[in-house]
Amino acid sequence: MNWYGLYTLFSKEVWRFLKVATQTILAPVITVLLYLLIFVSVLEGHVEVYQGISYSTFLVPGLIMMSIIQNAFANSSSSFFQSKMTGSLVFLLLPPLSSLEFYLAYTGASVLRGLLVGIGVWIAALFFVSLPIYNFWILLSFSILGSALLGSLGLIASIYAERWDHVSAFQNFLILPLTFLSGVFYKLESLPEFWEAASYYNPFFYMIDGFRYGFLGVSEINISLSLLIVSGFLVIVSAICLWILHIGYKIRY
Amino acid sequence: MPPAIKISQLHKHYKTLHALRGVDFEVPTGCFFGLLGPNGAGKSTLINIMAGLVHATHGNVRIMGYDVRQQWRQARQSLGIVPQELVIDPFFSVRQLLRLQSGYFGLGAENNPWIEQLLDSLNLSEKADTNLQRLSGGMKRRVLIAQALVHKPPVIVLDEPTAGVDVELRQALWAFTKHLHKNGHTIVLTTHYLEEAENLCEQFAILNQGELVALDSKSAILARYPYRFLRLTLTNPNVNLPTTLQANVQSIQNGELVLRFHRKNDQIASILDKLRIAKIHFSDLRTEEPSLEDVFLNLTTAKKA
Ligand SMILES: Nc1ncnc2c1ncn2[C@@H]1O[C@H](COP(=O)(O)OP(=O)(O)OP(=O)(O)O)[C@@H](O)[C@H]1O
Ligand SMILES: [Mg+2]
Repeated sequence: MNWYGLYTLFSKEVWRFLKVATQTILAPVITVLLYLLIFVSVLEGHVEVYQGISYSTFLVPGLIMMSIIQNAFANSSSSFFQSKMTGSLVFLLLPPLSSLEFYLAYTGASVLRGLLVGIGVWIAALFFVSLPIYNFWILLSFSILGSALLGSLGLIASIYAERWDHVSAFQNFLILPLTFLSGVFYKLESLPEFWEAASYYNPFFYMIDGFRYGFLGVSEINISLSLLIVSGFLVIVSAICLWILHIGYKIRY
Repeated sequence: MPPAIKISQLHKHYKTLHALRGVDFEVPTGCFFGLLGPNGAGKSTLINIMAGLVHATHGNVRIMGYDVRQQWRQARQSLGIVPQELVIDPFFSVRQLLRLQSGYFGLGAENNPWIEQLLDSLNLSEKADTNLQRLSGGMKRRVLIAQALVHKPPVIVLDEPTAGVDVELRQALWAFTKHLHKNGHTIVLTTHYLEEAENLCEQFAILNQGELVALDSKSAILARYPYRFLRLTLTNPNVNLPTTLQANVQSIQNGELVLRFHRKNDQIASILDKLRIAKIHFSDLRTEEPSLEDVFLNLTTAKKA
């Protein structure tokens, strides 16, 4: 392993998003706060998802996880795609960096950005709701697994993409629908039967549900099962990502 | 000691295009090597295969004895590439970029003195903290060269480093590469400035349409060209050349007549006789050896016809 090379690439990726932290951290936090304001002011008092838990308390964990995974995806996809477009990707292809080192550096930076945004949203939300942590380790596991999953998905998308709209298509037609249909805003049980059944095939649902458990101590699905499913998806997506990096798909001709 | 670069039976297909057709040669360690060929000959493809940026369809390349696919870490560590395209990372300053690049090769702060030395030798010290976006084209070119050298590779490949570079910088770059060569680096150079290649390189490979058409030392390659030239300064620029000489005329302009004659089959004496008979007088006479350009054109255009 070229550990120092991996560390350098990881720091470069972190440095890149910290340099524009207003865009990469602050802006997403504000977006989520807007969601929170709108949904809570409309629905608070009308909807009770779990007994004894207010709607805002139900909503905030989902919103935090949503922002974690969206930003993890945005980080690796925009960074990698940009270096592909400027051509500066060549400077990462010439040194002795393996596909695993490449993958770990990009995914690691995505996880870090996801976590920072997540913490930002959580702190900001504390001004609106009281949200004690039920199990810190569950929160940490789900946020790391989820952001790593989306980070590697972002890498795959940007390796595949040839134009910016390919990346945004990935975001708008895959990530966004899967996030909105994952039970961030509601409980699956409250959906019509078909959509409820379909939602069980959505990996995002297990991330949101498991993460929420870390705050509230209640979940729709057994927490170990969610953990298993999310880990399984991470393994599959990472394997695909490592494979296309290894064969140099659309990178090395 | 293995050769710096060993290329064996290399083929590259890009979909339907057969860009390299069984290229086979070695670059000896410590050599200043010229890789020449017209546009589209396959030079960059060959270089990109050395760098691992392109995968060969068949055959292999070894850098300092390391196979670029099997022992890619050692191969890449041994190779410094200056790519043909001017690419930059718009996020960083020159010094930051060089430190990152050195880090990717596994080198930490211990390499910083070398980076400062590179900045200094390439006249980049003043711009070391400037963002790359705000550098001129020539400066970006120098940054590319510095980037290729951060890990002190024994083999350095420059893919048209002087394209779009002014005369002064070109001279400076050549002086710098000569210096690297003197310090024991193997240098592979592609350029379309043949006169400069002729001055710098000790050995040449000439590619044409994906095939190696010549591989030799400078003197041997120049000797391949069967003709020499006779340059005459005419006393009367308006002369009628006799038909017996028409076949030998290379050019005639501004009162300078250049005749081409075959090393073996033509004799200077008989040419001079013909001139005397035709009453063509001249005030000066010189013989000239062919230049690399003549050989190059001879080898790369003959093929097309
Ligand atoms: N990625 C690619 N996909 C398809 N064809 C390619 C690709 N890269 C190069 N080619 C083709 O391969 C041939 C050789 O190209 P190459 O860039 O190696 O030439 P070159 O000798 O470097 O030319 P130049 O002097 O113009 O730089 C050309 O016909 C080119 O169009
Ligand atoms: Mg080229």
